[in-house]
Amino acid sequence: MIYLLCLTLFCVGLYCILRKRNIIKIIVGVIIAEYAVNLFFVLSAYRINGRAPIFSEDMIIANMVDPLPHALVLTAIVIGLATTALLVAIAIRIYEKYGTFDITKIKDLEG
Amino acid sequence: MIELYLLLVLMIVGAIIAIEIQDLLSSVIAVGAVGLVLSITFLILKAPDVAITQLVVEILCLMILIRATLKKDLPFSTTGRWFLNTLIALCFIAMFLMLFAQCVPELPRFGHPIMRVARIYLDQGMLKTGAANIVSSVILDFRAFDTLGEATILFTAVIGVLAIVRRIGRKKEDEKEVEGEE
Amino acid sequence: MTHKESETKGMSLIVKTITRLTVGIIISFGVYIICHGHLSPGGGFAGGVIVALSFIHLMLAYGGEEAFKRLSKRTASLWESAGAIFFLGLALLGFTGGYFFLNFLPKGENFALFSAGIIPLCNLAISIKVGAGLFSIFVALVSLKISAEALKVKLKKGKNQL
Repeated sequence: MIYLLCLTLFCVGLYCILRKRNIIKIIVGVIIAEYAVNLFFVLSAYRINGRAPIFSEDMIIANMVDPLPHALVLTAIVIGLATTALLVAIAIRIYEKYGTFDITKIKDLEG
Repeated sequence: MIELYLLLVLMIVGAIIAIEIQDLLSSVIAVGAVGLVLSITFLILKAPDVAITQLVVEILCLMILIRATLKKDLPFSTTGRWFLNTLIALCFIAMFLMLFAQCVPELPRFGHPIMRVARIYLDQGMLKTGAANIVSSVILDFRAFDTLGEATILFTAVIGVLAIVRRIGRKKEDEKEVEGEE
Repeated sequence: MTHKESETKGMSLIVKTITRLTVGIIISFGVYIICHGHLSPGGGFAGGVIVALSFIHLMLAYGGEEAFKRLSKRTASLWESAGAIFFLGLALLGFTGGYFFLNFLPKGENFALFSAGIIPLCNLAISIKVGAGLFSIFVALVSLKISAEALKVKLKKGKNQL
């Protein structure tokens, strides 16, 4: 059930990427889809009544959540920030060249 | 568990507001709200490392996006072929949903992960690396090649941004235009 | 026009005072997160981004010149390369014991600050790399914006002179 809500979030992002005609809106859609994928990984790692995967000095912690998807998501978040910055740089360049964020009005592809 | 559902519904509402609102600055701020709620969700799901990183990265991401949209409120255009575009988008999403429906039976039930690899990390991580934080020992010792690849991607992104931003040649053209007009 | 000039020279007095008081705290929090990455939540990624955010904070409040005095764009690029080389060097030093990314230092006592072999050093390298990289990306985007506006103003002036 909770996977379905996560999937709905992904579909909202996908619809935004496919349907919108504004570059900033497309970047927003990419960010939302990326959030949904990160959330899916962390959801699949959760354990009922689990504890965070950090050992403590004075007590023994029995049931920890899965640490492997956390590590994957940790790198994916920083990569997402870097790619978002790259997209924004390209969008600002397009705005400088054509004076618009609307992709239907960018017709001539020369230089 | 009810708070998890509430937070997810809040995120979906925030995302719909972000993609349907007309003003670009409001849209970007709604994305920031979605990111902050996502950070709280990570904290509830017992992932404090990911929560801290998501919170901090969200602030920087929001700054970059606001920097891009500032003082550029443009008329929102809905050009023709409205029906066709929506139909194609919905068809694509339906195809994706069909693929997902085939994957659903294979997923582990929520709250009962398959910990085949992670069990070894949890049992022997403290002995082998000496770090109390298992996530840190995974990303920097067991799976350090992931981190190396991440560093490479970050380096490539920095080079890409600097190459796009750099204006050698173009500046001269524009100055020539100005001079020509004068 | 006056708004633009005040923007490049920094914000109002209140913002500047608050920034002067909080930047040190933010940097020390970032260094704490980096150093305790193997004991508590946090690590190189989050700490690096926090340090980068403190410099961005300084830049937004005081304008570009004041921040570039402390960390210029060229120095940021150099720091990023230094972080990458540090990380790769640590990985290559593993060949002294056998293979790539070997944890060759002694493990030390559990739950102590100086423990866990090369993991704190790797955290330091990653944080330097991430912080300097994101700061240089931000500086590049901001300076692109400013230079584009300056160019437009120049073009308008050229047309007005006609």
